[in-house]
Amino acid sequence: MIPQAKVEVRVERVGSGALDGLRRLGDFCLLCVRTWRSAFRRHFPVRECLVQIESVGVRSLVIVGITSLFTGLVLALQTVDSLTRFGAKPYTGSLVGLAIVLEMGPVLTALMVGGRVGAGITAEIGSMVVTEQVDAIRAMGADPIQKLVLPRMLAVTLSLPLLTILADIIGILGGLLIALQHGITRHFYFQTIFSSVTLDDFISGVAKTFVFGWLIAMVACSNALATRGGTVGVGHATKRTVVIASISVLISDFFLTKILLTIL
Amino acid sequence: MSDLANDVPAIEMHKVCKAFGRKTVLLNLDLAIRSGETYAILGGSGSGKSVCLKHMNGLLRPDSGHVRIDGVDITHLSESALIDVRKSCGMLFQSGALFDSLSVFENVAYPLREHLKLSKAELAERVKECLAAVGLSSSQSLMPSELSGGMRKRVGLARVIALQPKTILYDEPTTGLDPGNSRRIGKLIRSLQERLRVTSVVVTHDLELCFAIADRIGLLKDGAMVSSGSVGEMRDSTHPVVRAFLRGDQDASLDEIESS
Repeated sequence: MIPQAKVEVRVERVGSGALDGLRRLGDFCLLCVRTWRSAFRRHFPVRECLVQIESVGVRSLVIVGITSLFTGLVLALQTVDSLTRFGAKPYTGSLVGLAIVLEMGPVLTALMVGGRVGAGITAEIGSMVVTEQVDAIRAMGADPIQKLVLPRMLAVTLSLPLLTILADIIGILGGLLIALQHGITRHFYFQTIFSSVTLDDFISGVAKTFVFGWLIAMVACSNALATRGGTVGVGHATKRTVVIASISVLISDFFLTKILLTIL
Repeated sequence: MSDLANDVPAIEMHKVCKAFGRKTVLLNLDLAIRSGETYAILGGSGSGKSVCLKHMNGLLRPDSGHVRIDGVDITHLSESALIDVRKSCGMLFQSGALFDSLSVFENVAYPLREHLKLSKAELAERVKECLAAVGLSSSQSLMPSELSGGMRKRVGLARVIALQPKTILYDEPTTGLDPGNSRRIGKLIRSLQERLRVTSVVVTHDLELCFAIADRIGLLKDGAMVSSGSVGEMRDSTHPVVRAFLRGDQDASLDEIESS
């Protein structure tokens, strides 16, 4: 039998946790609306957008390249091995191509960029919050959402699809290396890919990443602006961003795939 | 000063209450600051000084009560409507709050780029003037990480005066500085006040600074204004909390003071 006082404490904890979650969700939605509105006000931060695209897109090239290359290699290795058992080795190209274009390319790129860029955004803006730099922007009559959130949101949303296309290409080339080792010719490998991966498959894979990019940036900025409690707070906020951004990518992937399968 | 007393206060706070979660920080705070004066808000740590200051340019909004700037109620103004208030009311933050990613020049140019359409030459000239006013003409190309604490505050001050504000809010301008740098900042505040004829509000627990620069002083304790008056009046005050604060016993409660 649990004492009543303990039950009350637990109920209160659950209640305050739920309220806190709702408040965060409300803040997130408000930030999304404000960011959207800030895009149409004067002083659009063109220069800052370009700087962010460089920081998010160009500087993620290596990490995305390595991830997709090894994903392609491993995927082809497993696929060749499994398909050989069923005498279906010639389908290696089709399977690798479909898996990379539909899921592995978009999701793994989003997770890698979500970790690298999302954490970076939260750490940077979170530090600005605790050192009063965000207040200083407001005190000077400028809008921190337009100056900080909007450029990052646009940069991640626009860079992620491009990085995904690159990841798709590198992943498929990685698969080719393994296919060649197992006696599948380059010509046949690409022929099987082009015959099974349609334009719709490619579009559905890339289209999802616009949403992933937007989610990663908004989660990162929302957590950053809610940072409290000095450098320790920045650490907590950064951790929260990596977790929430990754989970958001995976959950939204399921629903987006469901929607895209019915549309395309 | 007597003719100013009849004017609408430059800054007025009326029965302002503010709480963060369960912690009440300001409780029915009343305050009126005249145009052109230097008003120092004294108080121990955690007395609500900085929170009080952040209400004066709308960075924080009261839970109840009103804040008026030049007679205009800013309590419920939107962020975009507050832009004009903030353009005419600069704020120097405790740490300087310089943008780490921008050079000293870019930091001072930031508000100018945001609100004025100046040519490159005009912008450079204006930034140079502001940095000269704080004695840092040769530091334009440095990054904030290369500056000492005192220099950061002076660059912060140059950024504040760039838009030629009517009011300057100073949040703990001498905290973390050595006595020499503290005196230098004090002199700077006084000279800016005389030269630019601004209304200055200085939040501090530094008594020396307070007596050196203030026209009037208010003592804040537990979120309410305990006493307010000219420097002379405060020095001669018989109020137990004021006496205790001036003695250096900043955090003593009223009960403790009365019992002693």
